[in-house]
Amino acid sequence: MTEINKVIQNKIAIDKLNLFYGKFQALISVSMPVQEKMITALIGPSGCGKSTLLRSLNRMNDLIHGVKITGSVLLDEIDIYNSSLEVAELRKRVGMVFQRPNPFPLSIYENVVYGLRVAGIRNKKESDEIAEKSLRGAWLWDQVKDKLDHPALELPLDQQQRLVIARLLAVQPEVILMDEPCSALDPIATMKIEELMIELKKDYTIVIVTHNMQQASRVSDFTGYMLMGEMIEFNQTKNIFTNPSKKLTEDYISGKYG
Amino acid sequence: MKLIGEKGVKRILMLTAFSAISALLLIALFILNEGLPFIFKYGVKDFLFSSDWNPHLGKYGIYPMIVASLWVTFGALVIGAPLGVAGAFFLTEYVPKSIMRIIKPTIELLAAIPSVVYGFIGVMVLAPLIRNNFGGPGLSLLAASIILGIMILPTVISISIDSIMAVPQSYREGSLALGATTWQTIHMVTVKASKSGIIASIILGMGRAIGETMAVIMVAGNSVNIPHSPLDSVRTLTANIALEMSYATGLHRQALFATGVVLFIGIIILNSIASVVLRKRAVKK
Repeated sequence: MTEINKVIQNKIAIDKLNLFYGKFQALISVSMPVQEKMITALIGPSGCGKSTLLRSLNRMNDLIHGVKITGSVLLDEIDIYNSSLEVAELRKRVGMVFQRPNPFPLSIYENVVYGLRVAGIRNKKESDEIAEKSLRGAWLWDQVKDKLDHPALELPLDQQQRLVIARLLAVQPEVILMDEPCSALDPIATMKIEELMIELKKDYTIVIVTHNMQQASRVSDFTGYMLMGEMIEFNQTKNIFTNPSKKLTEDYISGKYG
Repeated sequence: MKLIGEKGVKRILMLTAFSAISALLLIALFILNEGLPFIFKYGVKDFLFSSDWNPHLGKYGIYPMIVASLWVTFGALVIGAPLGVAGAFFLTEYVPKSIMRIIKPTIELLAAIPSVVYGFIGVMVLAPLIRNNFGGPGLSLLAASIILGIMILPTVISISIDSIMAVPQSYREGSLALGATTWQTIHMVTVKASKSGIIASIILGMGRAIGETMAVIMVAGNSVNIPHSPLDSVRTLTANIALEMSYATGLHRQALFATGVVLFIGIIILNSIASVVLRKRAVKK
């Protein structure tokens, strides 16, 4: 793990992160690097803390009452919990795609330019350009270009999920967090999102939480295996899946439980 | 129990259910039966649009009362709707759920205060305040609007809160995750998603304001005239009926029932709009 750290620039460095929901400790001294323009996957059984870890990277856990955090998460060497970095600013740089597609009850167009409106950009020409670019980036432009004013909630689920990705691309984040982005989708739509992720990797750093080990092995460069709030093993994906160093990881990978 | 049996129980329950509906029908029939003939005899136009209300001279024009009722209701909305809606957003979006669960029932207690108590406070506190600061008699359109504005708060807040809470959490998360602030999230997403419920809450508050009688009689001043300023004394439709019913006879009495018909129809229209708006929301889900 230290070897990897040395070779490539870390986009995010998580160091001894502890997270408590009230008295319950959901993350126990988790350390992990996230490398720039790579896909990092978090796997593990339900309740292992992988979603919590993901959400702590853009401080979405702040929304839950009674969360306490110690340790540090560095984004480009800056601690996102103990610095002057504003939460809203952080979330513009570290965006998130959720388990269920969550387009707003607005038109397709209004969804895509939402982040621009949040940033105070109202210029029509600029908005149109960014909307088209973002929708193209999420492979959705051809399907929706003639019905941009239609309600986003009319789209089929997989297109909704790509719309949400387009909405995210419009704010030009540096990191994209994906919380089981395919769990509401059928296999064909899942494949499409996975291909999209590999395409997006050229420009973005991606962290994905997944239940699906095949998905992790297909798309990710690095994989972290979590259990009961601890990071059991973190390594290059091919090593995790072919030659895990820990017995616990091997048991999970080989399907003994989980 | 065996004696009555399942069918018997069902019949008894059905009877009680129908008693509420039949009460509504009976009231409607009674008022319409007493009021409608008068309206047609006196003339719809003269009744609704004449400003001359002089029962002892046989003049029954309720136009000033209609105008007063509309103004008082409008005033109540101007005061109560923004307060109520803003309060609802504050309680749902800024205050922890555990505290909201205490505050909401407390606000709903406002609805349990008898309207005569609101009127009493209006007379003792509000009217002198208005008289001393703005002039006029104090008992006025403004006083009635403020009192009614407070009285509709529980309706507006409570129904608004319900509709805001029904907005999926995923919308908020999606918005915040794009770097929006809580306030941006509210006015760009949550308001739009809870719009119909908020509108319904305001319409129901409006129905409450238009139908309120006791508090209005106590604070509005009750002189029959078309108001030219918020400080003028006014008489609403409801106040008109309540003030004169005790001694009215003959045509006069029928004219008051006819006033009731106008009110009744107005409130039915408002409630129907509210339930259509609310149902539309339910269907959308």
